[in-house]
Amino acid sequence: MSALLEIHDLHVSFRTRDGVVHAVEGAELSVERGRTLGVVGESGSGKSVTALTVMGLTRFPNATISGEVMFDGTDLVTLPDNQMRSVRGKRIAMIFQDPLSSLHPLFKIGWQIVEAIRTHEDVSKANARKQAIEALREVGIPSPEKRIDSYPHELSGGMRQRAMIAMALVLKPDVLIADEPTTALDVTVQAQILDLIRRLKDEYQTAIVMITHDLGVIAELADEVAVMYAGRVMERTSREKLFTVPELPYTWGLMNSIPRLDAPRPGRLDSISGLPPSLIHLPSGCPFHPRCPYVMDVCLKIEPELKESEPGHLVACHLAPAERQRIGRELQAH
Amino acid sequence: MDNAPRALSPGGGPLRAIGGSFRWLANMLRSSLFRYVIRRVLWGVVLLVIVSALTFVIFYLFPSADPARLRAGRNPNPAAVAAIRHALNLDKPIYLQYWLYMKHLVLHFDLGFSYYNQQAVGTQIFQRLPVTAELAFGAFVLWMLIGIPIGIISAIRPRSVLDRVTMSGSLVAISAPVYWLGLVALFLFANDIGIIHLFPGSGSYVPITKDPAGWFGSMILPWFVLAASFAAFYARMVRAQVRETMSEDFIRTARAKGLSERRVIFRHGLRAALTPVVTMAGLDLSGLLGGAILTETVFNIPGVGRYAYDAIVNADFPPIQGTVLFSAFFIITANIIVDVIYAFLDPRVRY
Repeated sequence: MSALLEIHDLHVSFRTRDGVVHAVEGAELSVERGRTLGVVGESGSGKSVTALTVMGLTRFPNATISGEVMFDGTDLVTLPDNQMRSVRGKRIAMIFQDPLSSLHPLFKIGWQIVEAIRTHEDVSKANARKQAIEALREVGIPSPEKRIDSYPHELSGGMRQRAMIAMALVLKPDVLIADEPTTALDVTVQAQILDLIRRLKDEYQTAIVMITHDLGVIAELADEVAVMYAGRVMERTSREKLFTVPELPYTWGLMNSIPRLDAPRPGRLDSISGLPPSLIHLPSGCPFHPRCPYVMDVCLKIEPELKESEPGHLVACHLAPAERQRIGRELQAH
Repeated sequence: MDNAPRALSPGGGPLRAIGGSFRWLANMLRSSLFRYVIRRVLWGVVLLVIVSALTFVIFYLFPSADPARLRAGRNPNPAAVAAIRHALNLDKPIYLQYWLYMKHLVLHFDLGFSYYNQQAVGTQIFQRLPVTAELAFGAFVLWMLIGIPIGIISAIRPRSVLDRVTMSGSLVAISAPVYWLGLVALFLFANDIGIIHLFPGSGSYVPITKDPAGWFGSMILPWFVLAASFAAFYARMVRAQVRETMSEDFIRTARAKGLSERRVIFRHGLRAALTPVVTMAGLDLSGLLGGAILTETVFNIPGVGRYAYDAIVNADFPPIQGTVLFSAFFIITANIIVDVIYAFLDPRVRY
């Protein structure tokens, strides 16, 4: 199995005035052509930093990056800036959470898409404009010949995100990284955007990395899932496994905090107690231990490794696999 | 989306009746921008009336001296003072004085005559305006050329040597008063009293039409002195603007598209960061066109500012009122122009 994009033992830290922020600590991820990898976690779990590092957008003077990001046989971590630029946008594209702030407010969307095309392809302006109109049509923007000359503020939130997706997909990238693409949108529009992403994935066989804190999005779209916490990947499996036999106490917490229509309404939603840990002063041992209801002595001392619990299911937890499966299955049965 | 025209065009009916070849005119009159400008101009007129009234009241309550006494010579007899007071209308109640002044201004565009040398204030100001404009535009070009590049470079390389040096230097330049900086410049570089005889000093102004080289030399020190604090202020403002813009989401998007860092900064970053600077620049320039009083006085440049200064010293009210109105006019006009330009620079702005 050779994945198109494979992240191995990725570490990213930033030196700040308050200390060194360990944003990503040994992340392990991979995604294949035509598949969708969902990355879930709370804010500060390192999912966005991982994505930006793949794009080479965390190369700040105060950043330290180590590990491997293998993309189609090339390690992107060590790739020089000028070669990274021809990957960025052309072979790996990214869309962001809030399309209003992510699109330049003073340029027409057509101009912004044409710029993306002409950065990577030697085509005339007129030709690029035609491609841009086609891309806008492709993502379901009505009368794209007119919309191409709109400014971002003249479009609705859903249309803006469609324009953003058009800009990302116009060059037919191999990988699309979507960083919470539906978080800033209305629920009905969210569903449309997810449908659109799924359709485009099937059509172009794009590999998709879907970053979200919303398990609903994962259930909707992902083929494989990685659960991140404190910069680490703590559980990795297929979507089916995650929703039938989740094996990580943190994942259980996430699932318990979703309201369910098919269960009697509880007085209040469960939430995971406590706050995500400070990435400057991490807890000893397992980073989740201060919030874990199943904490044991060993969790305070030794950090669990990401190990295969059964084929295709990796978990980093000190609980016995049989015990984890029992609790997970029970939880999902309700 | 844009509901302004609907809200602002009650005249749509009658105007449409004009029709035909006058349609462009009808469209212009209906456009929200045109209506906005008209509204702003009317407000500007109201403001000018308020400004002139305030100047009147302030001079009436706190005159820099008694104009009549000042003109009656040494040891004047009371009868002579009273006669002058009567001749200058100063014995009439203030509202009547104001009324007479405004009547002349509105009916004849007449700003009155100087108490001091009986010359027409309007003519005097218009004669001096080119000199002030030379000073203002020269300084403007200088401070933009210095301030903006420094601001950009220190924003892109924060905490670099250049950033530290220019940002602490700019604090000094902002804090230094122009009259002090002007004197220091003269003591250092003027070819009469300076330590190094480098440039023509105070009172060396010659019109550009008479002696272009001499004119240029005489303007160098005033330009730099006037531009110094503006350059410093603009460097700091541009630096803050650019730094803020470069942390925006759309800059991250621009990088994610694979653009070169140069294009990200100069095309995407500066386009957003410098738009507000245009507004500031227009207002500052117009403020100076009303007369750079301190610089013109220190360097003895015969501009509008120098005229205002002399008028204050001589308790010569008509030129004071004239120069105040004049500079208020410039500032109000520039405000309107800048706001209209802004709508073209930033499509999110609508009237």
